[in-house]
Amino acid sequence: MRMKGNGSMSPVPLLEIRNLHVRLEDEPSVEILKGIDLKIMPGEVHSIMGPNGSGKSTLAQVLAGKEDYEIVEGQILFKGQDLSDLGPDERANSGIFLAFQYPVEIPGVSAMQFLKAAVNAKRAFEGQGELDAGALLRHFRAKALQINVPFEMLKRNVNEGFSGGEKKRFEIFQMAVLDSVLGILDESDSGLDIDALRIVSEGVNSMRDGTRSFLLITHYQRLLNYIVPDRVHVLIGGRIVKSGGKDLALELEEHGYAPFGVNESAVASA
Amino acid sequence: MTSTEEVARLSHERREYKYGFVTDIEQEFASPGLDEGTVRFISAKKQEPEWLLEWRLKALRKWQEMTEPTWVFLPYGHPPIDYQAISYYAAPKQAPKSLEEVDPKILETYEKLGIPLSETRALLGIEGGPETPAEARRAVAVDAVFDSVSVKTTFQEELKKAGVIFCSMSEAVREHPELVRQYLGSVVPYSDNFFATLNSAVFSDGSFVYVPKGVKCPMELSTYFRINARNTGQFERTLIVADEGAEVSYLEGCTAPVRDEHQLHAAVVELVAMKGAYIKYSTIQNWYPGDETGKGGIYNFVTKRGICKGDDSRISWTQVETGSAITWKYPSVVLQGDRSKGEFYSVALTNLRQQADTGTKMIHIGRDTKSTIVSKGISAGEGQNTYRGLVQMNKGAHRAHNYTQCDSILIGDKCGAHTFPYVDIRNPTATAEHEASTTKIAEDQLFYCTARGISEEDAVSLLVNGFCKQVFSELPMEFAVEANKLLAVSLEGSVG
Amino acid sequence: MTSVMDQPVGILTHEPAPAPAWVQAFRTRARDGLSGLPTVRDEAWRFTNIAPLVGTNFVTESASQRQVTPGDVAELRVPELDAAVLVFVDGQYNPGLSDTRNLGAGVVCTTMEAAFERHAQLVQAHLGAASAEHDDPFTRLNDAMLSAGVFLYVPDGVATARPIEILSIATRTAEPVAAHPRNLIVVGKGAGATVLEHYVALDHGVVYLNNAVTELIAGDGSRVEHYLLERESEQAFNISTLAIRQGAEAVVHSHTVLLGGAIVRNNVVPVLAGERGHCLINGLYVGHGDQHLDNAMRVRHAAAQCESRQYYKGIMNDRSRGVFTGRIIVDKGAQKTDAIQTNRNMLLSDEARVNARPQLEIFADDVRCTHGATTGRVDDEAVFYFMSRGLSEPVARAMLVYAFAAEGFDRMELVPVRRLLAQEMIDKLPMARGLSIEV
Repeated sequence: MRMKGNGSMSPVPLLEIRNLHVRLEDEPSVEILKGIDLKIMPGEVHSIMGPNGSGKSTLAQVLAGKEDYEIVEGQILFKGQDLSDLGPDERANSGIFLAFQYPVEIPGVSAMQFLKAAVNAKRAFEGQGELDAGALLRHFRAKALQINVPFEMLKRNVNEGFSGGEKKRFEIFQMAVLDSVLGILDESDSGLDIDALRIVSEGVNSMRDGTRSFLLITHYQRLLNYIVPDRVHVLIGGRIVKSGGKDLALELEEHGYAPFGVNESAVASA
Repeated sequence: MTSTEEVARLSHERREYKYGFVTDIEQEFASPGLDEGTVRFISAKKQEPEWLLEWRLKALRKWQEMTEPTWVFLPYGHPPIDYQAISYYAAPKQAPKSLEEVDPKILETYEKLGIPLSETRALLGIEGGPETPAEARRAVAVDAVFDSVSVKTTFQEELKKAGVIFCSMSEAVREHPELVRQYLGSVVPYSDNFFATLNSAVFSDGSFVYVPKGVKCPMELSTYFRINARNTGQFERTLIVADEGAEVSYLEGCTAPVRDEHQLHAAVVELVAMKGAYIKYSTIQNWYPGDETGKGGIYNFVTKRGICKGDDSRISWTQVETGSAITWKYPSVVLQGDRSKGEFYSVALTNLRQQADTGTKMIHIGRDTKSTIVSKGISAGEGQNTYRGLVQMNKGAHRAHNYTQCDSILIGDKCGAHTFPYVDIRNPTATAEHEASTTKIAEDQLFYCTARGISEEDAVSLLVNGFCKQVFSELPMEFAVEANKLLAVSLEGSVG
Repeated sequence: MTSVMDQPVGILTHEPAPAPAWVQAFRTRARDGLSGLPTVRDEAWRFTNIAPLVGTNFVTESASQRQVTPGDVAELRVPELDAAVLVFVDGQYNPGLSDTRNLGAGVVCTTMEAAFERHAQLVQAHLGAASAEHDDPFTRLNDAMLSAGVFLYVPDGVATARPIEILSIATRTAEPVAAHPRNLIVVGKGAGATVLEHYVALDHGVVYLNNAVTELIAGDGSRVEHYLLERESEQAFNISTLAIRQGAEAVVHSHTVLLGGAIVRNNVVPVLAGERGHCLINGLYVGHGDQHLDNAMRVRHAAAQCESRQYYKGIMNDRSRGVFTGRIIVDKGAQKTDAIQTNRNMLLSDEARVNARPQLEIFADDVRCTHGATTGRVDDEAVFYFMSRGLSEPVARAMLVYAFAAEGFDRMELVPVRRLLAQEMIDKLPMARGLSIEV
């Protein structure tokens, strides 16, 4: 595995979020994130849990560089560097990967073509030449084996006609192919049956190597049975209201978000 | 919600056109034919100011140069209309001053139509009341137009308190000439099209509404049009102006007696919504449709257009078209103000040998303007039903959006359903989506209903109501109930 | 409806080549029925103003300023496609550049003029059978000028051994040439054929007119694949009509790609005349500069249980204008019709414009017909998705525009055509240059 930077074991967090305030560009009166602080060290798996509408997905999109949001205050540091001036592509090339909650279907572009372009974009960013077709294929095959996706998937158009489970697996496969160091999984468990959930989780676990980190965003605890987190944070109303070890997830499973003053059914129907 | 019991009950009602009676009163007619003399006669009858007469004459001269449009899709065609054989003015002989003076026979007519003019009974509920929800029993102010004249406008006093002007067009010309002069023809110019130009020359009456700045009209306003006389045309003209921040909901209903010959109805409706204003205009059109051989029935050639003049204004058209031998009608919205919204919700049903060519135009001029079109066409018998629409995004219509959905169902193998939308996009940030489908009533749904003991005819009616729900839900409650019922009656005899 | 133009149709003043009496009669009938060329007052031509065409003085023949060589043909035809080829230079057949060998037992592939003499019965039996459906002045004009073109006859049960490419090459001539190519393709019962109409220009900036009509008679149970690749000079006028009449259980796929030309109008007019037929029309138009690309598709379901699919896509850049009119007609009695039509347009610039008219005209009740039309630009969500995988914004947009166009390529059976179009697409869409595309 490649380590960027000076190679020492300096205690620089992989991702550090400081007092992050975010609002929608189109609706500036509504602040969605109201001061988030978070530190993820290399190799750590963190989970952000929260009810619907708490700002979980917004956080994921802001980290990936979506333009619809405006950072009002605070900072996002990735490997110690401020991300604010980087576009989504530069962030991706630096090693951030967002697994989408709803991966976009792109008719007309084969998965192969798409990934080839992405891999070569990253190589160009790192000052390397393009991979030849043979090397690319070998790389794709190896990762397909690791993540347990059928190689045939690459011949289909990006996400077009994929089942829910296939879409989520394809996301994880892309992360493996791009060799990203920070994986942000936005509700990767939603809509999956137990088997699909297990395959997705195994794919993620196969990438845990002590340097790569993950941020798992989820509503439910069940994903965390398969990918055991180091830290769990509870996000409610745009703030992290509690952080703890993996047992915090079990607590939430038992008592829901009610102890934090959230009426789940009311929020869900909002 | 329409219950199956209600549908069952409705199917027991008579299948004939139940509004087909004639009221026998003394009427005054203009002799048939159209020339300058006719226009002067109408204008003089109404004691109009000179400027209005001049405007009418300008329209007449323009009309004399025009030819009837031929692009309308009418698979059965229609016999040529002899414009010189029509009488352009008919009115009850006694002009009523108050409710007491209205000819009791006319009052009776409106009672039979379910439109009580007496204010004490102005709850427009549906007969057999228990199913009518309590909130449907709201007060509705009614302007009743009998052939060429407005016979009575109710609730005027209460409206006056709120500052709302609601009166007949003739009265508006007398009492509020400055408003009429400012807005008449400002949305539909006198030269707009053959029928609108004809209307401009000979319009007899109609309704006028002005809602001042910031006023939300305290009740629904409605006009009930009735063609009674033989060999007459009805040419009403309606003008609704909602000033800044004002809101108004307006309903119109129409019926006519059964006559063997065709009668012409060529109305014009103009809506003006200023900044932040909202006008909701609902129509239930149930003019006499003619018989199953195509004999008789109203030619309904109507020009309806609204302009969202100010920013953040909104105009919403909802129509349920079940009557008329031929319907030719495209309620439109010019979206001039930024962020303004235009809506068109339509149910058009053609049965017997009815032909409808109806739809809308949405002209996007301002930025971030939005339009929504939902059209539901039902063809039964030998009916021919056409949706025709235009969505135009002009150069400055940045980020404008249109969504159009046009669905048709066919009941029986002798009818037709046609869809002719036009989309014209001149701005790359504008988006337009159009979806349309034509199918017959789903066999599995029909079977599911009949397997539960519902007769096939009732099941069809039930499913058609479901098909139209999206549009009915836009109607004020009392009209929605009436529309449901009307649809069931109009569909009778279509299965079999 | 055809409106009458006061001035005579200039193109008609030129006499077509002498022909047998029955051909003359066919021409005369058409000429008598032709009252003038359409204007924007005609509903069918509402969005296409042919004034520049009408204002050009065309001739039927004019000396070319160069000799077209076999090398030119190799350069211009679809690369790597093993096809028979019939080459027309400025409207005139060139046998020396053509190759019609090895097409299969009993297959007739010759010029129209030759067929008038040698296959008169076959031609007479089918000529006009499909094109009569298309009530349009340019089609009548083509009838009136009937002479050059290709006659293809595939007997019952035979499939052509290789595709047939009709290559029309325009060169720089002394005066603007108007050609009226007429192709008649008769495919017998259970037979099969693949035909390409390919319009190219050897020289840039040449003004000419191709007013082509192709009639395709697809017998019961036949399978036909047709391509129209319009890559004319960007000063040229191209009006083309494909009139299809297909029998029971026949399967016809037609792909229309409009890339070149100044004013282009393509008509596709299929009639599903036998039960259980299947018809696919796949259209793509990509405009830049001041190009005007008009597509008119009108499918008629005249028999029961047929299926038709029409997929049209347009990409308009600069000041170009795209027009789409698609009409599905279901006749009385054509029960169990299943028809789907979509038209999707993408505008890439402030000055580009699109007019769409998706239409349904339905006279049978047991049908399933849908159409959809959308116009917009590249989807922002998709751009973000691509960028989040490390692609720069220009590359993301280029890929998405390309993908939008390329979606229809998958429906084409001939891989060399897909490859050619992929390359054309990259050349034509400035932002897509540098993309490496695999087909």
